[in-house]
Amino acid sequence: MAILVQFAIGLIFGLGLIVSGMSNPAKVLNFLDIGGIAAGTWDASLAFVMAGAVAVTFVGFGRVLKRARPFFADRFYLPTRRDIDARIVAGPAIFGVGWGLVGFCPGPALTALGFGSLSAVIFVVAMCAGMVLARFIAHLPSLARYVTPADPLET
Amino acid sequence: MVLTSFTPIASLVGGAMIGLAAVLLMWATGRIAGVSGIAARLFPPYEDREFAGRLAFVAGLAAAPVLVRLVAGGLPEQTIAAGPAVLIVGGLLTGFGSVWGSGCTSGHGVCGLSRLSVRSLIATMTFMAAGMATVFVMRHWS
Repeated sequence: MAILVQFAIGLIFGLGLIVSGMSNPAKVLNFLDIGGIAAGTWDASLAFVMAGAVAVTFVGFGRVLKRARPFFADRFYLPTRRDIDARIVAGPAIFGVGWGLVGFCPGPALTALGFGSLSAVIFVVAMCAGMVLARFIAHLPSLARYVTPADPLET
Repeated sequence: MVLTSFTPIASLVGGAMIGLAAVLLMWATGRIAGVSGIAARLFPPYEDREFAGRLAFVAGLAAAPVLVRLVAGGLPEQTIAAGPAVLIVGGLLTGFGSVWGSGCTSGHGVCGLSRLSVRSLIATMTFMAAGMATVFVMRHWS
């Protein structure tokens, strides 16, 4: 049952990406193109996606987190880190370059698999390789000892 | 470049659906709907027993266009302008960077900002700036 629910939640997320236009990398790149503001080719849609998503999540999290526990789990798994280290800047900087090159972030890339394009498959395979590499490096003993939480990937 | 039209209403509605999914995942599993974290944990090392649920979530993402095609008879436009080499480099950087920085547009941008996390705010501003700088160099410096 929990598995089916998570499939349905992924489906809603993916439908949201399609409805919002974010499954189209051209729309994302035209948002990131601030040079297009003067030229009149700028597409501000992504800001509206973020606004809609954050508004609903802000209100919804407030209500859900008042509950004693999640429906299918024994507790909430919320990120606890508050420290600002080099990785919280370096990681997003690297991700941002990849995002700007193609126009895909992880969610839309996985959704694009269902569009049936070979380009999305190539991107996703490379993306997964990058993820595995990052986790491998993060778990190296020489680095892991600097990380206090059990999971170095905690948001 | 391919011109796209500004779609404030559709984007607001689609964004709200993404937010709804994030809230539902927190309600159901107690976890952040961060796509990079979910996808990365499909690969070893495994630290918990949530593999099947994560795979189901990712399958749901990929099933969305299939459902749209079945119901609406077609899919909205999708233009992937990048060639194979750029796709590979972009994919590697996206995967590596999102995991190295503990999140992507969904984990930091949507869930983190909604939780008023300073780490997520810094991450979001950084990947937005890096994305804008990259597009600027690609489009206006050549």
